[in-house]
Amino acid sequence: MDLRDLYQDIILDHGQHPRNFRKPEHPSYLAHGHNPLCGDRVTVFVTLENGRINDVSFQGRGCAISQASASLMTEILKGKTPEEAAALFKGFHAKVTGVAEPALAPALADDMERLEPLTGVKAYPARVKCATLAWHAFEAALRNGAAGTTVKTE
Amino acid sequence: MTLVTPLRPNGRLDPRAICRDFPVFARNPGLVFLDSGASAQKPAVVIDGVAEYYRSDYANVHRGVYRLSARSTELYEEAREKVRRFLNAADAREIVFVRNATEGINLVANSWGNTFLKAGDEILVTVMEHHANIVPWQLLRDRVGIKLVVAPIDATGGLDMAAFTALITPRTKLVAVTHVANVTGAVVPVESIVRMAHAAGAKVLIDGSQAAPRLPVDVQAIGADFYVFTGHKAYGPTGIGVLHGKKVILDAMPPWQGGGDMILDVTFEKTIFQEPPHRFEAGTPDISGAIGLGIAIDYLEGLGRDAILEHEEALTGYGVDRLSRLPGVHLVGAGQRRLAILSFTIDGIHPHDVATLLDGHKVAVRAGHHCAQPFLEALGVGATTRASLGVYNDESDIDALASAIQGAQKMFKVTK
Repeated sequence: MDLRDLYQDIILDHGQHPRNFRKPEHPSYLAHGHNPLCGDRVTVFVTLENGRINDVSFQGRGCAISQASASLMTEILKGKTPEEAAALFKGFHAKVTGVAEPALAPALADDMERLEPLTGVKAYPARVKCATLAWHAFEAALRNGAAGTTVKTE
Repeated sequence: MTLVTPLRPNGRLDPRAICRDFPVFARNPGLVFLDSGASAQKPAVVIDGVAEYYRSDYANVHRGVYRLSARSTELYEEAREKVRRFLNAADAREIVFVRNATEGINLVANSWGNTFLKAGDEILVTVMEHHANIVPWQLLRDRVGIKLVVAPIDATGGLDMAAFTALITPRTKLVAVTHVANVTGAVVPVESIVRMAHAAGAKVLIDGSQAAPRLPVDVQAIGADFYVFTGHKAYGPTGIGVLHGKKVILDAMPPWQGGGDMILDVTFEKTIFQEPPHRFEAGTPDISGAIGLGIAIDYLEGLGRDAILEHEEALTGYGVDRLSRLPGVHLVGAGQRRLAILSFTIDGIHPHDVATLLDGHKVAVRAGHHCAQPFLEALGVGATTRASLGVYNDESDIDALASAIQGAQKMFKVTK
């Protein structure tokens, strides 16, 4: 497998210049993600309004894959309902772990397409957790993160 | 069984020839293996020797009266004698077989620590320690209330000897230090540490996991009370390690695990325990692992311990020189003397990405905190990439590493 398949330009761009890299003043939910294997840490902030994700942002440090994945996630999830976000995570998780992808609402197809560059990690089992760290943190934030919570990938 | 690879005419190791002793290189053409600090590859003599033992000589040890069992016992105890020679210990009864260095340290913490230490006693470690030389003492602290004291490093990355000296007090009962730091390759002056500790009435445990495969270790000259190392970093099998303890100290220590093989007489009222080392080897041991380690020791002695040290020191120097001339690459300091380990960071590329990018060039290195999180914190880095050397490495491996680093910088567009 060529390294270019893993480190596509869009990954390098988002990895080095992550979008929505900030801490909002009053997020509805937040959660910390930690990968003990490599020390990567990410905090995801979510604000809900009228049942939709009004704002999602993150802060943290980590490898290009984890930073790019967090960055792309924040761009995609803005304006989605929590149910749509969960469906996207489910589909993305299936993509990067190489299992059969669940059916996805046609309206979300474009968003899933945008996550395609991250699927190169499939060939690097040790790196799958890097790509899913921010998503796990996002999921944990919505589930029980009003007071903040920590998920570990191990 | 011993296979002696010819040295070059100048008496130096010939890594190209040595590579042919290690089947992994023929099976993985182009592999640049720079992760011996995590675990070394195995020479064919070890792999085949273990298989041969299972084919020809296998039976349980210390039990059977039949010839095969006697033969197996003989081979197991022969391996203990080889380890004694390898460490220049005074007596083979000072050699306890354990699973790995970690278990050796846990044995000391549980048996010696539980028995002889009490609340308020201090154990002095350094900030450079592997988690294996931190966590067992923390567990002991929680059991008996000892205090764990940590000696810092100086600005060059070596042990701060002035601070270390000041931290040895009448309360210090044990000094537990690494011989060669696994993150930086810093060689710790263990002889002077032992002198200082003993003068203060403290015992000393040395973690020789990185040192034993590289330095001609002489436990009598070093004088430490305990010395541990693991077999798999010394070109032996996984699952076998060694605790060396001075006989007079081991004699006074109670068992830490009970079972078969460690007893003289058992009734439901009372059990009489074996003498060391068997007192500390409960249950059927890793017989083939010990035998494999013995063969690895024969192999290393065939190469020559001095020749190995000279080779790895020269290659370390070459690596330091090569990496420090790469723009954007920062070697983590190792103080006065460094051996076989090169930890570094690269501007703009996370160590995890570095390791994946280097793997793309078939260069195998370790990335992360190297089981030494407090050390990484003291160094002011969250993670590093680590290249570590073995007897099969030569300058071309360092050159491959350097060019793979440049390739990574180019791909990440962080070239200066």
